[in-house]
Amino acid sequence: MIELLQEYWRPFFYSDGQQITGLAMTFWLLSASLLIGFIVSIPLSIARVSPRFYVRWPVQFYTYLFRGTPLYIQLLICYTGIYSLAAIRAQPVLDAFFRDAMNCTILAFALNTCAYTTEIFAGAIRNIAHGEVEAAKAYGLSGWKLYAFVIMPSALRRSLPYYSNEVILMLHSTTVAFTATVPDILKVARDANSATFLTFQSFGIAALIYLAVTFALVGLFRIAERHWLAFLGPTH
Amino acid sequence: MFDTLLGVLGLSAFSLKGFGPLLLEGAWMTVKLSLSSLALSVLLGLIGASAKLSSLKLLRLPAQLYTTLIRGVPDLVLMLLIFYSLQTWLTLITASLGWEYIEINPFVAGVITLGFIYGAYFTETFRGAMLAVPRGQVEAATAYGLSRAQRFRFVMFPQMMRFALPGLGNNWMVILKATALVSIIGLADLVKAAQDAGKSTYQLFFFLVLAALTYLVITSLSNLVLRCLERHYAVGSREAVR
Repeated sequence: MIELLQEYWRPFFYSDGQQITGLAMTFWLLSASLLIGFIVSIPLSIARVSPRFYVRWPVQFYTYLFRGTPLYIQLLICYTGIYSLAAIRAQPVLDAFFRDAMNCTILAFALNTCAYTTEIFAGAIRNIAHGEVEAAKAYGLSGWKLYAFVIMPSALRRSLPYYSNEVILMLHSTTVAFTATVPDILKVARDANSATFLTFQSFGIAALIYLAVTFALVGLFRIAERHWLAFLGPTH
Repeated sequence: MFDTLLGVLGLSAFSLKGFGPLLLEGAWMTVKLSLSSLALSVLLGLIGASAKLSSLKLLRLPAQLYTTLIRGVPDLVLMLLIFYSLQTWLTLITASLGWEYIEINPFVAGVITLGFIYGAYFTETFRGAMLAVPRGQVEAATAYGLSRAQRFRFVMFPQMMRFALPGLGNNWMVILKATALVSIIGLADLVKAAQDAGKSTYQLFFFLVLAALTYLVITSLSNLVLRCLERHYAVGSREAVR
């Protein structure tokens, strides 16, 4: 295991000399898809709890589609499926976008995490204490101000424990990226395995890196929860 | 016959081009694999949860290690790790015992791998559910002279299932969606069938979407079944009146 690490620690962590690989690539995939998913899911979650049928329904349909199918198939559709359509290849802009494995991977990941995040935030908005909204209304807040200053800050704080779960799940989901030739940690492990035949050691190192990142993220979220959810704790 | 019908309706673009049986076989493989893995992981989960709640440190510690390690590592990494190592380990064992070379059936290896991984998730689900059953229930059962097995079968299990069902349903969905990954380790499941059909007809998009829709049908059906089960195990609880 030590020899394997001596030979492969560079690609496992940041680069194989030509491009970003391993842990750095996994981080990039994770943060790009989470950021896009987060930004898009905020308006979508507000639409998801709308009393109007025609606003709520399209969002509900989107989350149903993306939460009901495996991410691997979504990635395959984005990466190989869409590019196999002649209509897409005929459009220069779309052709350039879907030819790049990285674009397809981040698109699939962002769409997937956005669907789950939308449901998490929508659940938090739905469960918001009535008094908070009534007090805000009594202060004369309405429309977007009600959402921007009262509902969303409260809902986002309360969904932190569920959101941290989604971040960990997303970290674990980024492993399918190697099927689209993106050189993440698992891709390096597979290359190391096929070069050295040290199967257990190659995948074992990948497992240990993922384990360390998972624990680090769990720790960070615990600190964040102590900071932003302190008001929910027992009173002193 | 299905193809002629589509032709008459002017929908020949949606024809399966003779890949229908292959896709059906793949879908059946996916269902079989998920159900077998579910059974194994529920069994491991029950054992793990009992070990985690045991008063013996010797049982608690390995169970704790099992759930922490397995849930901290991505399922695909574990799948590759276990799937490829199983054969190596078995060969080592058979060689050292002087037996003949045994080749593991990929389906069995897939079930063992998935079952072992999701057993850790079920351990946590069942542990929470067992803790949610009031202590007095088991104590009363002991006072009535029920044996250990009877206590579990007639008192603990029916009551903990009510608390375990939401988590159980969640885990089932995760297992079902994780089976899409077994095509990576070479099993001929729905995804593999769709890819093969798509590549040979140059209609990859169509067949992949078809596979996704099949998954959607299975997840929607399981949702229905779960709702029925929830109603069944809610018997005797006050919330059931809602």
